[in-house]
Amino acid sequence: MHLIKLIFRNALRHKLRTGLTVVGLVVAILSFGLLQTVVDAWYAGAEGAAPNRLITRNAVSLMVPLPLHYRDKIRSVDGVKAVAAANWFAGVYQDPKNFFPQFAVGPAYFSIYPEYRIPDAQYRAFVRDRAGAIVGRKLAQTYGFRVGDVVPLKGTIFPGTWTFVVRGIYDGADAGTDTSQFFFHWDYLNETAKTRMPTLANKIGIFVVQIADADRAAEVSEEIDALFKNSPAETLTETEKAFQIGFVKQTEAILIAVRIVSFLVIFIILAVMANTMAMTARERRGEYATLKALGFGGGFLATLIFGESLLIAAIGAVIGVVFTFPVADWFASEMGTLFPVFEVSRETVVLQAACALAVGATAALFPARRAIRVRIVDGLRAIG
Amino acid sequence: MVIPFRYSLRNLRARRLTTILTSGGMALVVFVFAAVQMLDTGLRQTLVATGQPDNILVTRRAAGTEISSAVDRVQAAIVEAQPEIATGPDARRILSKEAVVLITLPKRDSGVATNVTTRGIGPAGLALRPQVRIVEGRMFEFGTSQIIVGQSIARRFNGAGVGQQLRFGGREWTVVGVFAASGSAFDSEVWGDADQLMQAFRRQNYSSVVARLTEAGALDALAQRLDNDPRLTLDVKREREFYEEQSKLMSNFISYLGLTLSVIFSIGAMIGAMITMYAAVANRVGEIGTLRALGFRRAAVLWAFLFESIALGAVGGVVGVALASLMQFVQISTLNWQSFSELAFSFTLTPRIVISSFAFALVMGVIGGFLPAVRAARLNIIDAIRAI
Amino acid sequence: MQPVVEIHDLAKSYRRGGQIVPVLSDIDLVIASGDFVGLMGPSGSGKSTLLNLIAGIDKPDSGTLRVAGVDITTLTESDLADWRAQNVGFIFQFYNLMPVLTAFENVELPLLLTSLSTGERRHHVTTALEMVGLGDRMEHYPSELSGGQQQRVAIARAIITDPTILVADEPTGDLDRVSAEEILTLMERMNDELGKTIIMVTHDPHAAERAHSIKRLDKGVLQDGEH
Repeated sequence: MHLIKLIFRNALRHKLRTGLTVVGLVVAILSFGLLQTVVDAWYAGAEGAAPNRLITRNAVSLMVPLPLHYRDKIRSVDGVKAVAAANWFAGVYQDPKNFFPQFAVGPAYFSIYPEYRIPDAQYRAFVRDRAGAIVGRKLAQTYGFRVGDVVPLKGTIFPGTWTFVVRGIYDGADAGTDTSQFFFHWDYLNETAKTRMPTLANKIGIFVVQIADADRAAEVSEEIDALFKNSPAETLTETEKAFQIGFVKQTEAILIAVRIVSFLVIFIILAVMANTMAMTARERRGEYATLKALGFGGGFLATLIFGESLLIAAIGAVIGVVFTFPVADWFASEMGTLFPVFEVSRETVVLQAACALAVGATAALFPARRAIRVRIVDGLRAIG
Repeated sequence: MVIPFRYSLRNLRARRLTTILTSGGMALVVFVFAAVQMLDTGLRQTLVATGQPDNILVTRRAAGTEISSAVDRVQAAIVEAQPEIATGPDARRILSKEAVVLITLPKRDSGVATNVTTRGIGPAGLALRPQVRIVEGRMFEFGTSQIIVGQSIARRFNGAGVGQQLRFGGREWTVVGVFAASGSAFDSEVWGDADQLMQAFRRQNYSSVVARLTEAGALDALAQRLDNDPRLTLDVKREREFYEEQSKLMSNFISYLGLTLSVIFSIGAMIGAMITMYAAVANRVGEIGTLRALGFRRAAVLWAFLFESIALGAVGGVVGVALASLMQFVQISTLNWQSFSELAFSFTLTPRIVISSFAFALVMGVIGGFLPAVRAARLNIIDAIRAI
Repeated sequence: MQPVVEIHDLAKSYRRGGQIVPVLSDIDLVIASGDFVGLMGPSGSGKSTLLNLIAGIDKPDSGTLRVAGVDITTLTESDLADWRAQNVGFIFQFYNLMPVLTAFENVELPLLLTSLSTGERRHHVTTALEMVGLGDRMEHYPSELSGGQQQRVAIARAIITDPTILVADEPTGDLDRVSAEEILTLMERMNDELGKTIIMVTHDPHAAERAHSIKRLDKGVLQDGEH
């Protein structure tokens, strides 16, 4: 009880110094949390992947298409429940800066992705309209799309300006669902391609395959790939998760850099905090010597110093964590659809707290050791 | 009267631990600041070095990247016939009709499947890129399934050494040479015969046409004529501009993220300096009183403390830049979001980065030390002397 | 009377810049229980070092040193700390109070090392503070007290654990004349009423007058001829 009081009062002795240290900690813990969340956001696609979905693509690369007739062959494979085609459209909305994913999708697509929640009436309207589109909630909010709006996209792979009518807005089943996408009918794309650019017609970017039993994913994948072995367009089938991670892996260097940087800020604040504690302990040498003379042992002094350091670190951590949530929300809204999912995870919060406490403990290490070792006679001399 | 710098420097030396910790924090911030700029510079240099100033690159209108572009044979022939295209000593146009395909190869160390740009070139393809030279093996022969690979590919991918074979497009391709491209994006590419590649991938169209201009100024006239030709739906750009645009998204990402982080992190480091300097002032109140009593003015005291803080920043700056300069040995390879393919580039240190990083460190010192220095300068002489 | 301090052939030296500087040599000293001893001598004579040795916050090089019946030269660091907590009360020149604790809490501090309950501690502390005349200043912080008052708090803290000896290093060195007299009177009372053995280092003749006996040190050697 007394000890805690003493720790508290000591921490508040240099209000300016403690205040500044806490501000530094808050900044560090906050930016650490945001950077971790950025890394998480990168993996969000893989996190949202369902185990019963496979992706079939051309073995050469994602950029090389597959023939349309593969669809029926894949559907005939044992264990396959549904197959939907999806083509990456890569259109530009007004300005190349306004990036969001656009897919031309086959009819079964939305039944394979039940986490995209669309009101029935809107879905029926979408099915009826050849040039209809369904957009995610986040995308709709970013660009102000409403049902009935006409959205022109300038094609890069499929030339020309394409106009779509928003027929529905989907919500995610949970916070981890990507609601920044734009979907329209694959048939519309293909019919238009047939007349305008025949070389691009009847080509599929990827097939999304729904399987009946998630445990048989590997088997079914192999069976699909075996169908097209030694054909001009060999396929590569993998789980949706593996497919998504494949994407993330390619930008891994940047992720690693972000991770390293997020830990650098912890080291920066560690230097600040260690300095604060070292200065504080140096100024209190006389007090520590007095306590020792009165019969208090090294353990008591260590508790005082560690307690103070951990207390300051804990205050910084709490404020930093509390601020992380609104700042992350603000950041996510500023970034728009660049990060479809931007959620502060529990792991991030735990990591923030752990880092803060590690900083607090490490900063106290040196001063505590010094306080324990100081000779009483030398310490007392520091007063006079 | 000015208080000698020695006074400030000796004080820094006297409280060594504090000096090391404070400067250390600043050094880390400077390191981040410099490293990010080095990365951005490396990326830009790589892509800028890829384009030759008097080369043009023709793609389908609004395609943005070669991957999503298509130029059919008729269109390519029209471009070839334009008078602004230079003619080589063999009386043929210095022009290469190219096919660009992305293939997936596993990386040697991690096995991660990675998109690699494979470029089919025409006979003039090599002459159009003077920065490319064969460093191992030989040039491929046109009309065969031979390929040459950039040195960055040879280093990082399985089966990409001379004499080895890569399988894609339903064929085995023999690697006959490795080329160096002076740190340009071509270092991360595989090159072969355009016609062979198009056969293998059943392509009817080229992806792009690269050509040398008779003179650099001829672009405008050419662009205007091609624009007005109803048979063509093409974009013509300087090769260099094209590649600069390719780096824009990632370069912006790196520099915005880096700048934001540097500024945020610097708050932490400046707070560290402020804490240190406030404590320095508090511990030396008696000394300050004595200096003032001896006849030093407030301004002199202010400068002495400010200089001390700037010196902290300077130490941080030197250490930070030194750490960052070690990053020059690190190469980063990542997916370029715009071209969708693997791109390798290095941290590149330029004098401008050294200067700006060092200035950044000094500014941190000034900001961190200003308020404490003001407090020192405003101390009342009598009170200060009594504090001894 | 029973001796509280028995010193025989005690020597102590410091190492300074590679040279060994003798501080105390051939010290033989016996202090009886209930005595009030003044240690005097010019600065650098070793009087504070001797006091520190008796108080168990410094260690001699050689010789025997029995205080309160224990040969403290044989104790380990932590045993010595426990021994000090039970047997020694400290009075410093600069009071050495914890600035973040109130007068009450400062006096209570040594009791935290005992097994007393909160209520018992409160009772003891209140009694001690009333004895030094600060019953009405218990919730004040050191910075809100005068030098004399602070030293009285320090005396209350020194006697709170009922130690065998009180050691005082220049207890009046930082005080004005009136306060100094008050402190010395208080120390006399501790000696008379509570029977505490007091050893006081001072160079103030007024302070020395209050002591029952004076030991003089010069260049690390105890001088004969007490007054």
